[in-house]
Amino acid sequence: MADNPTPHLDEATAETPQKPKKKGVKRRAFLVGSALLAGGGAFGLYWAENSTRSRAKALTETDGAHNFLTWMKIAEDDTVTVYSPHIDFGQGTHTALGQMLADELDADWAKVVVEQAPADSAFANTALVKGFMAELSGMPGVVNALPAAVIGMLTRSQNLQITGGSSAVRFTGQAGMRVVGAAVRLALIEEAAARMKVPASELVAANSTITHPATNRSLRYGELAQGAAKRSLTSSPKLKDPKDFKLIGAGLPRFDIPSKVDGSAIYGIDFTLPDMRVATIAAAPVRGGKLVSVDEAPAMAIKGVEQVVKLDDAVIVVAKGYWQAAKGLAALSPEFSDGGHAGMSTAAIYAAQDELRTSAKPSNTAGSGDVDAAFKAAGNKLITANYRVPFLHHAMMEPFAITGHFKDGKLHLWGGLQDPLGARDRAAKAAGLKMDDVVFHPMIMGGGFGRRFPGVTEILDQIALLAKQLPFPVKLIWSREEEVRHGTYRPQSSAALSAVLGADGKIAAWRSDYVQGDNAEAEAGFIYDVPATLRRHFEYTSNQIDGPWRSVNSTQIGFYNESFMDELAAAAGEDPYRFRRKHLPAGSRYVAVLDEVAARAAWDSALPDGHGRGIAIVESFGTIVAEVVEVMMLPDGRPKVLKAFAVVDCGTVVNPLNAEAQIAGGLIMGLSAAMGEAITLEKGAVVESNFTDYPLITLADAPAEVDVHFINSGAKMGGIGEPGVPPASPALGNAIAAASGKRIRTLPIMAQITA
Amino acid sequence: MAISFTVNDTPVSVEAEGDTPLLWVLREDLALTGTKFGCGVAACGACSVHVDGKLVRSCSLPVSDAAGKAITTIEGLKSADGTLHAVQQAWIAAQVPQCGYCQSGQIMAATALIKAVGRPSEAQIDAAMTNLCRCGTYPRIRKAILAATGQAADSTEPLAPAREGAA
Repeated sequence: MADNPTPHLDEATAETPQKPKKKGVKRRAFLVGSALLAGGGAFGLYWAENSTRSRAKALTETDGAHNFLTWMKIAEDDTVTVYSPHIDFGQGTHTALGQMLADELDADWAKVVVEQAPADSAFANTALVKGFMAELSGMPGVVNALPAAVIGMLTRSQNLQITGGSSAVRFTGQAGMRVVGAAVRLALIEEAAARMKVPASELVAANSTITHPATNRSLRYGELAQGAAKRSLTSSPKLKDPKDFKLIGAGLPRFDIPSKVDGSAIYGIDFTLPDMRVATIAAAPVRGGKLVSVDEAPAMAIKGVEQVVKLDDAVIVVAKGYWQAAKGLAALSPEFSDGGHAGMSTAAIYAAQDELRTSAKPSNTAGSGDVDAAFKAAGNKLITANYRVPFLHHAMMEPFAITGHFKDGKLHLWGGLQDPLGARDRAAKAAGLKMDDVVFHPMIMGGGFGRRFPGVTEILDQIALLAKQLPFPVKLIWSREEEVRHGTYRPQSSAALSAVLGADGKIAAWRSDYVQGDNAEAEAGFIYDVPATLRRHFEYTSNQIDGPWRSVNSTQIGFYNESFMDELAAAAGEDPYRFRRKHLPAGSRYVAVLDEVAARAAWDSALPDGHGRGIAIVESFGTIVAEVVEVMMLPDGRPKVLKAFAVVDCGTVVNPLNAEAQIAGGLIMGLSAAMGEAITLEKGAVVESNFTDYPLITLADAPAEVDVHFINSGAKMGGIGEPGVPPASPALGNAIAAASGKRIRTLPIMAQITA
Repeated sequence: MAISFTVNDTPVSVEAEGDTPLLWVLREDLALTGTKFGCGVAACGACSVHVDGKLVRSCSLPVSDAAGKAITTIEGLKSADGTLHAVQQAWIAAQVPQCGYCQSGQIMAATALIKAVGRPSEAQIDAAMTNLCRCGTYPRIRKAILAATGQAADSTEPLAPAREGAA
């Protein structure tokens, strides 16, 4: 069998500069079938080094665990089970991946189910590794990298089950699900041809049945599966022409929705075991601080409290139930150190960032052309502006909750995280166990938005250490206060932008100096045609842990660039839409997206006094999104969002019903953050504590409807979960400027209105 | 102390400290986990239930105050034969949930609103639907409420003047 199931991602792309030195190790992907399944067949794709293949062989020979390398199986009753290596936390991944595989398979959609793949390295997501590696090695256009934490996971291991980077459909679906579906379909046809003793070319596959029209005979997939699974599978099957798609592109209802409207869906926080205790925790208020001392007595006096457990930097109360644990914790007066971070504050961070930007050398630079010469050239008009954005909390509605049970040398964990394999790895390290001795049971997640990556998930350490010393199962639940105060936030970041306009009214040179932890260049590039650009990253980190927050660095970079584009348009005396348009390549996808959103929003139509429209366009995760927001200024100075429009080019839309929800939800999350969200620090500790002082947008303040439109350009598939977020905050700021003349350069907006 | 009330038409008696929020009694003592914990301070609405037909955020209602009352949770909305409530059906038709965590509370809030006013106006929806949703499902929540009350589709003009007063 051939080695490469994804011909458009050749093996060379897997060897990138980001990879550790493992030269000479040949990684190959294989497609295989297995007939070990009683009454059916199992099929899979796996990424193999010799050690992985040995492990796979051992698994099959010892206990007949035929599922070890499967991505799908077909049962005798025709049920097709698809195993998703991605978690579905409401972004519709499971349904979309099922659609992609089932379309190529020509399966009957009514008989397709999608299940979460077990957290075993045999289910590691090879297509994802290849997709990211290809992207990181420099695909045409904007390259969308991932936060450092995720790249770290990628490069140290192939053991990937990450849900993030808007990757599921564009990588796993394109390079995995479709290939497997198409190859299995061919094997089923070959099996049918052999049984019917007719040429394969005379057979037709549809609705999980293979028919020989000439003799009017047919065989169901369930009847053929076991035989087909013994056949050699081609690793480079011909994929369908988009015009032949039946399921890809269809707005099919999501599998998980019924259980989410009748209360039956079991999230991590809902999981329970006999004899289970419930615990809650208070970590050092200043990140980096340690637990100095705590008198356990006040907690132990509370009815239902059983134990107080001290960790290096936190105190945990274990009780019969959550309320007793919370009461016990509230009764304690633990003393924590500040880790030397008492001087850290929101104001001090901005001051340090300003200082760094003006006095230090940049950590990274990108761009092209002679910016200095353009800035010095006579007749050019200089425009400058400084921008600031705060730390942002993820605010997933389900607070962290993981159940742990240490029994017979094995640590079992139940909870929702964005990388089950990474979760095993982290918990094993914390508990001093081997990864094989940690079993992770993935549960439904009540939101994630980047907060549930094991690299930034200290609750894994906490539950591992706690469960290991208790003789019974224990569920550790974070209070909302713990959640708000111990986040791994979107970083507080600031930037100084400057540009010169030439005599022709076009931008002659552009410079952006931004300060934050990550170099955002690979992720959030620059889409405009400007002769000279310079983007300088000044690295700064506080005592906080920077985490990936839905759309990662594209939120703040998008806000800087797209707010500044409006300022430049104003300086040039031009309409913001047309000013952008003339800096984008004629006939490009960018222009098509921009034109469409302007048309849908009736950009040129008149508005009443006090109303304004703002436009912004950002490319992130391989998808181009332009948004228009229309606001009305209320008498108290607050902006009221009246309308919102989004036009999206993600190449091909797999499930428009779901994609629409992702883009609209992303836009609303972006508005929420821009309007009122900020995590601030005083004396090294987070000031905010709950939704009372970390306000999320409400239904009344969100646009009643978000007009979302997709352009099916057929370009390389982009992500859909994240790209709706970044244009929202600049579009809102630009709308406020249009309505009121007040330019928004610092977020959140409400802090300036109420201050 | 033993506290008695009915949940979803079933009489129950629980042993609990009187200050325990109803939420935790429902979730941990009665295994009704459809009602969610979001904030603990009645700010997000994920824990919304009906107490004697009225919308209540159960994280902030001491169970002692529920004594003798009739509680309805998300699990109790469907009819005896298992048919989903019209609002739940509208939620599925509009494909409202994303992560889904807040949706039990949203549905309890929507059913309470509809029970109170019949066909809610846009302004009444704005005023009543204060539960938080981080996924941003608000437009579909609005659409589902309108659809469930026979005000579907063409009434979703986002600029309805009635909404401005509620802003």
